[in-house]
Amino acid sequence: MSETILEGQVAEGEGVPPPSSGEQGDGSGPEGPQGRPVHLALLDAVLQGNSVTVTILAIFTAMVVGGLLISFTDTTVLHAWSHLFSAPGNAFAQAWDAAAGAYSAMFEGAIVNPHTVAAAFHGGSIAAVFNPLSETATRATPLILAGLSFGVASRAGLFNIGAAGQFIGGAMIAGWIGFAVHLPIVLHIVVAVIGGFAGGAFVGWIVGFLKARTGAHEVIVTIMLNYVMEFLILYLLGLTVFRQHGRPDPISPPVASNAVLPHLFGSTLRVNVGFLIALAAAGAVWWLLERTTVGFQLRTVGLNAKAARSAGMSPERTWIIVMLIAGGLAGLAGSAVVQGTDFVLTPQIYGNYGFDAITVALLGRAKPGGTVLAALLFGALYAGGTQMQAQTQIPVDIVTVLQSLIVLFVAAPPLMREIFRLRATRAAGQTEARGWSA
Amino acid sequence: MAKGGALQLELRGITKRFDGLVANDAIDLTVADGEIHGLLGENGAGKTTLMNVLYGLIQPDEGEILIDDKPVRFRTPKEAINAGIGMVHQHFMLVPVFTVAENVVLGVEPTRPLGLLDRRRARREVLDLSKRYGLAVDPDAYVEHLPVGIQQRVEIVKALLREASVLILDEPTAVLTPSETEELFRIMRDLKESGRSIIFISHKLKEMQAIADRITVLRRGRVVGSPPPSASDAELASLMVGREVELVVHKEPAKPGDVVLDIEDLIVLSADGMVAVNEVSLQVRAGEIVGIAGVQGNGQTELSKALLGLLPVGGGTIRIGGEDLTHTHTRDLLESGVSYVPEDRQEDGLVERFSVAENLVLDIFHRPPFASGITLHVDQIRESAKARVAEYDIRTPSIDTPARTLSGGNQQKVIIARELGRETRLVVANQPTRGLDVGSIEFVHRRLVEARDAGAAVLFVSTELDEIYALSDRIAVMYEGRIVGIVPPTVPIQELGLLMAGGALSGEGAAGADLAGTNKEPEPA
Amino acid sequence: MERVSVSTAVIAVRRTVSLERRVVLGSLLVVLGLLDALVFGPFSHGDAVFTFTLTGAKVSVPNLTLAAGPVSEGLGAGTVVLGLVYTGLNLSKIPRRLVAGACLFAFVVAFLCWSDAGRISLPFVALLATTMTSSIPLILGALSGCLCERSAVINVAIEGQLLFGAFGAAIVASAFGNLWLGLLFGALCGGLIALLLGLFALRYRVDQIILGIVLNVFAAGLTGYLYDAALVPYQNRLNSPATFNPIKLPLLGDIPILGPVLFDSTIFLYITYVIIALVQIGLFSTRWGLRVRAVGEHPEAADTVGINVIATRWRNVILGGLCAGIGGAYLTIGSVGSFGKGMSSGQGFIALAAMIFGRWTPLGAVGAALLFGFSTALANILGTIGAPIPSDILLMLPYVATIVAVSGLVGRGRMPKADGQPYVKA
Repeated sequence: MSETILEGQVAEGEGVPPPSSGEQGDGSGPEGPQGRPVHLALLDAVLQGNSVTVTILAIFTAMVVGGLLISFTDTTVLHAWSHLFSAPGNAFAQAWDAAAGAYSAMFEGAIVNPHTVAAAFHGGSIAAVFNPLSETATRATPLILAGLSFGVASRAGLFNIGAAGQFIGGAMIAGWIGFAVHLPIVLHIVVAVIGGFAGGAFVGWIVGFLKARTGAHEVIVTIMLNYVMEFLILYLLGLTVFRQHGRPDPISPPVASNAVLPHLFGSTLRVNVGFLIALAAAGAVWWLLERTTVGFQLRTVGLNAKAARSAGMSPERTWIIVMLIAGGLAGLAGSAVVQGTDFVLTPQIYGNYGFDAITVALLGRAKPGGTVLAALLFGALYAGGTQMQAQTQIPVDIVTVLQSLIVLFVAAPPLMREIFRLRATRAAGQTEARGWSA
Repeated sequence: MAKGGALQLELRGITKRFDGLVANDAIDLTVADGEIHGLLGENGAGKTTLMNVLYGLIQPDEGEILIDDKPVRFRTPKEAINAGIGMVHQHFMLVPVFTVAENVVLGVEPTRPLGLLDRRRARREVLDLSKRYGLAVDPDAYVEHLPVGIQQRVEIVKALLREASVLILDEPTAVLTPSETEELFRIMRDLKESGRSIIFISHKLKEMQAIADRITVLRRGRVVGSPPPSASDAELASLMVGREVELVVHKEPAKPGDVVLDIEDLIVLSADGMVAVNEVSLQVRAGEIVGIAGVQGNGQTELSKALLGLLPVGGGTIRIGGEDLTHTHTRDLLESGVSYVPEDRQEDGLVERFSVAENLVLDIFHRPPFASGITLHVDQIRESAKARVAEYDIRTPSIDTPARTLSGGNQQKVIIARELGRETRLVVANQPTRGLDVGSIEFVHRRLVEARDAGAAVLFVSTELDEIYALSDRIAVMYEGRIVGIVPPTVPIQELGLLMAGGALSGEGAAGADLAGTNKEPEPA
Repeated sequence: MERVSVSTAVIAVRRTVSLERRVVLGSLLVVLGLLDALVFGPFSHGDAVFTFTLTGAKVSVPNLTLAAGPVSEGLGAGTVVLGLVYTGLNLSKIPRRLVAGACLFAFVVAFLCWSDAGRISLPFVALLATTMTSSIPLILGALSGCLCERSAVINVAIEGQLLFGAFGAAIVASAFGNLWLGLLFGALCGGLIALLLGLFALRYRVDQIILGIVLNVFAAGLTGYLYDAALVPYQNRLNSPATFNPIKLPLLGDIPILGPVLFDSTIFLYITYVIIALVQIGLFSTRWGLRVRAVGEHPEAADTVGINVIATRWRNVILGGLCAGIGGAYLTIGSVGSFGKGMSSGQGFIALAAMIFGRWTPLGAVGAALLFGFSTALANILGTIGAPIPSDILLMLPYVATIVAVSGLVGRGRMPKADGQPYVKA
């Protein structure tokens, strides 16, 4: 029964909308939608569980939960709470201090540290004032690209869990071009970046090809490829060709200075051209999705593969193209890290970017603009988290907890509505369950 | 109330409304014990809704159900089952990967200690029932490997295990061969002997006459008659479809030109491997409208999909404009001048979350002036969309509104605007006015006639006889995957109903009609 | 109505696809055989020695010495013949599987011979024993996946359940000095993640794949944070659990070769045996299992016979979480003792792959998990004896195998029909 050619026809259900909200145009201009005064429109948005509202509430709730976690794993706080009934004020004050201290440290690490501002007025370094923002932007760079990778694939109805593997593919090629090839300055950077894109695109293409030809589910293939790539880079870094001279550990030679992405604001601030590349990529993805035939096809297949077929499109070809692009974007993230911040290839270079891609894209509703904003938020959390750990010894893993909480809350607007008693008039950006079926 | 034995069932005044549509309108139905009661009607007559009410799947707005003169309420199917109502759905409620025995006992499984399934007892119970009622089934066979006729028997055994006194069979012969149908009738008669009642839902006249003790005819949600089974085909058909033609389309007589669409011995398999289109031959000329009449499920959908390359062709040829385009990709067919109005506008015709403007270019976005190379010319798309919205009077707040907020009629207008608003030589439309209000229906008909007059060949499928009559220059009737007749729109409606229900033509109307097998154009009179 | 002419069209279509797949697979087998004969054979220098006795065993089994070259070439020739047979003859299911299995077995033997040729002997029993123990979290995770997916809930959060279970078990066992309490708590921690999975999947109908991944991220973040915040500073109290000692079963444990592999291990292995039996028998021989599978395949049909679809799914999700939690507990109190960040290191995903590779059946999942565990153990052992193949490449094997499986090359598996689709009463 399972061998008829007719089963090879993908039995699609409706292509389910990717995690993007239904409304296209929200409150434009001072008049707001339908010409109502702004403040009333805002009030409506709050009461109706509009997706921006849900996002903000989700972030807020996550921070509250995170704050509770921080407080109640702090020994001083726990000690104060053991005397809750004798000194209740102190207990709450300590709890508040712990959480507030953590979040303010985060703020100082991500946005601005008032001390540096004050110091600047007395002849201190101006660059230091902008360091937190620079860190945020630097951390956000690969997140933007990885988030775009997952996002663009999801607009076509595909789950690209393989950003990590595609990242590695891109990092490997970009890194190799960086340290093994000798080219003049600008050309070297460009070739390496293109190589990064190509490396990631190839890994992505495998996924798309298998899905189009055999119906293999992209979730499994991407997860498996992640591991394959992890072992591949481990293997390659064991080869002398790839290894740094005289070092026993798996680390590649450093990327040539000609291939390094230049800093944007001087050498004390880490933010580099990679950030511009990421923003440009976001713009390019927007242009692709909204202003090209390819993007039109992509979006159609993602929303309703059946209608796409009836309109003459080929979902299979679309999947291959999309995975190429998504893989390439993740590969660019790899190139941005190798050429912009790390400068060497290591086995763990892909860090957490694989899963960050997903959380960033989910928060940004798979739209390029939203993805940039979400990546900046998470970049801020990471940058701030590092500072927070340095200052308060609170482990930086709290950022991961916050991230996943935000995404969980955003993914379930009904939950937010229940907590905040919002009226459910519109399904605000609810991710619709699709399961294994394409 | 005797469960598993005799039972008197009465439905009184059942009314059910869905969103303003009256599916059941004050329906009275009595089923005596030991009786096979036939429920006859076309698609949309309200038969399935009525049975869903009886089975507890939906609640009626008005009316009541009485068993042995006592009013009962079924809030869930379980309550109906407990009261002795058993249902064999049109789409089987069987788990394909389970065996027959497992399916039959699901929910009432015999168990050994520790909750272990007592498979032996299950098998025995199935075999017992099977022997007692002559329903030969193999308890160990996997349902997915069984032919549809046997699967149906499993459903019947399932109902009998739960001691059903009234068995509802919803279009059971829709998926059976003639010999399987005979088998089913034998089973039904045996069940009748045991005192059970059977409600037999169908649109097939001959079968009604053969098996039913009494017949109730539904049309548009109402009971329109209770003829005896001895009534003639013609009488039953006329009750089923009504006598008046209610819609009139103003059109000039057709001026057919060259043959545009030439289908020869076409074989198309449906998604589950069954033969849906069985050696169909048909020709449609430029400047004529051919309507395919027939009850839903006789191969019309598969035929129209195959014409657009959406289903693989298993045999035969499709020629458009003389060119063999049998195995061509959908896009190439569309580009060669074919327009397609799919049956399910929401699933196949539109992307609901796209704007009206985007939907208006869904299958032509890549052609100039909407795109050059890879770049979309959004301004052109928008200009064109605004023009179309005005020209086709599409009621929408703006061209950026998501299509899903539009009414059904306006959604269909978007599709029509897209498909007919461009140069086309062949229009394939499947149920183009399903679910539309009168105004929209008239609009769609007008546009189809315009397309015809501009020289296109129009082939459309419809289950609405009014529409078939009003629109067609020629009518082809499909029944069980074949074209059983090609008749002019002057043919009396009873004759048409007969053909649709598998009957044979007689006397007037036979001239100009071809029965079974290949159909070539009758010579112009 | 003649159906004859048309049904031949149907049969013709079916036969073509079958032939295509046979050719592809058959040629793959031939390629394997050629590898055996032309690569492993000629490049093996010397003899391969396999030892089968652990020190201190009651019964001593003699070593097996194979002349690696000739053996590989012989096996290769045989495989090529079998591959041609596979392509040429239209075999039915069981002979097909036997042929493919034989070829794969020959390939593995040839590979081992080549790897060991001329090197120190390969400790086969140690290899098998490590396979069993390292497969425990994989098996339990795969069974957890089975339980969930059989009722049509996708569980990608196995990784998070393993991690959280490991974490919980270590803390409680350490804090209360009681291993059994730790085991229980580990299971409950797995169940906690499952609770979140159920809540968001069944009540809020979030997409289950994304949900699973986010839960994994959450578990990793939470355990990582608590590790730094609590486990490191209070290591002695919170992260120094004892570990279960291996228990050797009398008589069974002394069987040559298999004894030390199957019957001489911690309680976790025996619990795993019990759970395998429970899940297999439960799903396929009990009333509970029938209803679960009905819910997973055709929830509508189940609903019409009165089965509560959502409740059934909730129960299975929680059970799955408990099962994976036990697997997680093994990672700490069954193995190394203390908890380390990210110590599940992707085993949850391997377990997921094992379930899919094993076609959503418990025994299949166990088989696949063992296969994956074997290749990992093999990679490590080959590393110690200095085998010619880099271990990293070997470690890739399970993942490549899964990709091949999912691409339908080894036949399309049958996942529960309603998998991942939330059930909404019509």
